[in-house]
Amino acid sequence: MRVALFVPCFIDAFFPQVGVATLELLERFGVSVDYPLDQTCCGQPMANNGCQADAAATEALFLKNFSGYDYVVAPSASCTHHIRKHFDAIPQTEAVTQLRARTFEIVEFLHDVLKVEAFPWAEFPHKVGLHNSCSALRALKTASISEIAGESFSKPLALLSKVKGLTTALPARPDECCGFGGTFSVFEEPVSARMGYDKVRDFAQTEVEYVVSADSSCLMHQQGCAERLGLGMKFIHIVEILNGARA
Amino acid sequence: MSRVDHAGLSAKFLAAEANAEFHDRRLWDLRMKRDQQMAMIPEWQDLRDRASAIKEHTLSQLDRYLEEFEANATKNGATVHWARDAAEHNEIVHRLLSERGVRTLVKSKSMLTEECEMRPYLEARGIKVIETDLGERIQQLDDEPPSHIVIPAVHKLRGDVSKVFARTIGSEPGNDDIHYLAKSQRDDTRPYFLDAEAGMTGGNFIVAETGAVVTVTNEGNADLSANVPKLYIACVGIEKLVPRLADLAIFIRLLSRSAIGSPISQYTSHFRKARAGGEMHIVLVDNGRSARLGMADFWTSLKCIRCGACMNTCPVYRRSGGLSYRAVYAGPIGAIIDPTFDLKKFSALPFASTMNGSCTDVCPVKINIHEQIYAWRRVIAEQRQLPFVKREAMRIAGRIFSSPKLYRLALKLTRLANNGLPRFAIYTMLNPWGHHREVPAPPVETFNAWYRANRGGRR
Repeated sequence: MRVALFVPCFIDAFFPQVGVATLELLERFGVSVDYPLDQTCCGQPMANNGCQADAAATEALFLKNFSGYDYVVAPSASCTHHIRKHFDAIPQTEAVTQLRARTFEIVEFLHDVLKVEAFPWAEFPHKVGLHNSCSALRALKTASISEIAGESFSKPLALLSKVKGLTTALPARPDECCGFGGTFSVFEEPVSARMGYDKVRDFAQTEVEYVVSADSSCLMHQQGCAERLGLGMKFIHIVEILNGARA
Repeated sequence: MSRVDHAGLSAKFLAAEANAEFHDRRLWDLRMKRDQQMAMIPEWQDLRDRASAIKEHTLSQLDRYLEEFEANATKNGATVHWARDAAEHNEIVHRLLSERGVRTLVKSKSMLTEECEMRPYLEARGIKVIETDLGERIQQLDDEPPSHIVIPAVHKLRGDVSKVFARTIGSEPGNDDIHYLAKSQRDDTRPYFLDAEAGMTGGNFIVAETGAVVTVTNEGNADLSANVPKLYIACVGIEKLVPRLADLAIFIRLLSRSAIGSPISQYTSHFRKARAGGEMHIVLVDNGRSARLGMADFWTSLKCIRCGACMNTCPVYRRSGGLSYRAVYAGPIGAIIDPTFDLKKFSALPFASTMNGSCTDVCPVKINIHEQIYAWRRVIAEQRQLPFVKREAMRIAGRIFSSPKLYRLALKLTRLANNGLPRFAIYTMLNPWGHHREVPAPPVETFNAWYRANRGGRR
């Protein structure tokens, strides 16, 4: 199995420990991981703003870096969603459609592909609140949502339940968007910040020590809000916990 | 028309803390009630599939069904008029009223007449128009458009309503008891039903098979508007059609549950013909709908039954208020309809979204709202309607991200700026991020640098 690691630009720049944890975690399960050194971004920032032409060269570079692998794995539902559902600024050749189908977000890769049974090294004796990004929830469907009635399930919670000592708490609005939204966070700053404030206050009500998510972008936004509000909780990516991070 | 500044108007909305807090809580409460109703109907998802299929089928043969409707409505004794656009609609309505010497028109809520800007048109021609539904009346008296398609004054607190009524209809100043305020409005409005020479309603549905106009309401003002005055005019968009009476049942089950989380509304009325001695006219309005029907990416927005569920669930709408969209239709459904009226003016609205997708999942007729929002962004960029700053930012980002060298250089410069600049410079100069949020502290090295150092650049 040839697996390439995609470390999205903002994780590369601001949360390198998330990239390291993803790499180490995959290696713990015997996966041989390549990290193409020339990788940058998946093209989502431009494409989400409608700028297809500006996204094309970035998508072409992504294809060059990542084609030919059995799987591309990224610690980001948001970027995975872009690649799987929207990566169409370049011609849809066989190589592109294969790349899109073979790109996985780390939680679904662990849960659905590796079918991980245990994380013996992981212990996190803390009360955590899980934040599922909208891409994870409503696009990749890694958990059930309150808008649709049906059997409830959660792949991230299923993974976290295998971590020793970890307990979870549910906020009042568990699947409300936190307001990051990419460039929305800057161009619609007032609403974005308000949504972030409401989100972290909702978590604060449950007295969690940590907010955990599979998306660092949501965490970066929420952490920025929580710090400004003086709320004490901490923020951590799910792979860090699964890889055995201690507080 | 200049571009609507949704972000700026949102900031104003949020500055009124009590209103903003209530607005979010009230609409979220409706979303929760909608969820509870959904949970009681095991076949909910099946109903959504059927409703969507019926609407898509009807829209694909709209001409045939519209003619069937016209034939059956005419057989019932109503007169059907066809309006190509808002101007024709207003002319038809004005002609009907002026030919009969009507001076006062009572009406029940209709988003279509808002869309046609009918009230100012008629008032400029000497006809008094009285909104009779509570929310719509509050907005009329306050000289504001509705902020929500189902709950027009949801952005107002009871104290705001008390002030409006004290100023306009002589209610007791300072009395903000809800029952008192509702009664004051009713006492003020009811006499108009007896005086008015004409009544008007919109239509939630029209049924081809029966030729009926169907309204779904709670206050009963549609029934009074249609039945008390001699002349009854119903104004309906051509997309409101369903083929058969049996089809309607599906939509009635979905509508109130989706809209306000109640199993059914107080009144579901089928108007087929005028009362004895009266006249019934139906104005079928296109006003851009046919053009929308021809848009490959956007035609399914015509399935909309105007329940407002997408607005209630939308975290952006809840925190910016309907008036911040400066459009007849606010919220997610507005973001995908409004650009068809004026692309430039409404070009910011598809960006007033985090693309969270909740709207699509609550939509009872399964409109892929958030995907259409995404598609509109492409149209807006292609039509060069993005603000200059964003357009340039994306052009530069596209160049940086497509070159590993430029990308590495840009990260280096960002780190220098974040580490080297004093706090006040980061928080005032860089971008709006820091107005309400802390900027993340840059770590000692990027992942890429870590990998090169620790894994020897192995590929």
